[in-house]
Amino acid sequence: MIRVQREIFDVGAEMAALTKGRTDIGAVVSFTGLVRDFNDGSAVTGFSLEHYPGMTERELAKIETEAKARWDLQASLIIHRYGDMALGEPIVLVVTASSHRQDAFDAANFLMDWLKTKAPFWKMEKGEDGETSWVKERQTDIDAAKRWSADSQE
Amino acid sequence: MKILYFAWLKTKLQMTEETLPWSEERPDTDSLVRWMKSRGPAFAEVFSDLEVVRIAVNQEYIVGNTALNENDEIAFFPPVTGG
Repeated sequence: MIRVQREIFDVGAEMAALTKGRTDIGAVVSFTGLVRDFNDGSAVTGFSLEHYPGMTERELAKIETEAKARWDLQASLIIHRYGDMALGEPIVLVVTASSHRQDAFDAANFLMDWLKTKAPFWKMEKGEDGETSWVKERQTDIDAAKRWSADSQE
Repeated sequence: MKILYFAWLKTKLQMTEETLPWSEERPDTDSLVRWMKSRGPAFAEVFSDLEVVRIAVNQEYIVGNTALNENDEIAFFPPVTGG
C-alpha cells in the first residue's frame, strides 16, 4: 500500500492497522525517517519537501512491487509526506510484514534504499540565517541503492 | 508538450511549468535539452551540467535519447533526495 500525504502519521496506529486480524504474519519491521535539526554539520531550522504528484505514486508502487517479487511479504506499507514539516516530525514510514523476520528486515532495507534514489522527492532546508537551500544527493545513498542491483537509478 | 520543473531548476528558472508546441526543431529529449540551453542565461546555466538534471517523460525516467510527441509530459529535476 502506498500513501503520499501532507498530514503527519502515527507509526503505532499504522502498524496495528496493517496487521489487524492477521494470524499469518510472524514478523513486522518498520522504519521511520524523521526531520533532523542538522545536516552536513550545519543547523537546520526549517524543513519542506517537494514532490512530483503522479510520478511519485508510480515510482513508489513500482518499488513496492519489486520488493514483493524479491521477498516473501504478507503485507507492506509506504507512507511519504510532502510539504512543510516541523523538526522531529516523521517524514517517511516503511512497514514490511512477513512470516519470518529476515524477509521483513531485508525488504524494508531495500524499500528505503530504492525509495531514496528513485522516488521524486526533494528536500529543502532552512539554515540558522533563515536562508533556504535544496539538499544535495548523497553518494552513500547511491551506493546503498546499488548493492541491490544494477537496475538502480544513477 | 507540457514541461515541468522541480526543486532548484524551478527556483532558478522561476517557473514550475510551461506548454511548448511539438516542433521538428526538438523532436526528442536530446534536441529539447539543446534547445533549452539556447533560451537564455538562466536556462543555459540550469542545463549546463546534465549530470545533475534528471529527465522523465510521461512520469517515467528516460533511458537515453527519447522521442517526443505533442501530448507528452516532460519533467526536468535534480537527483532525488526524499526518504
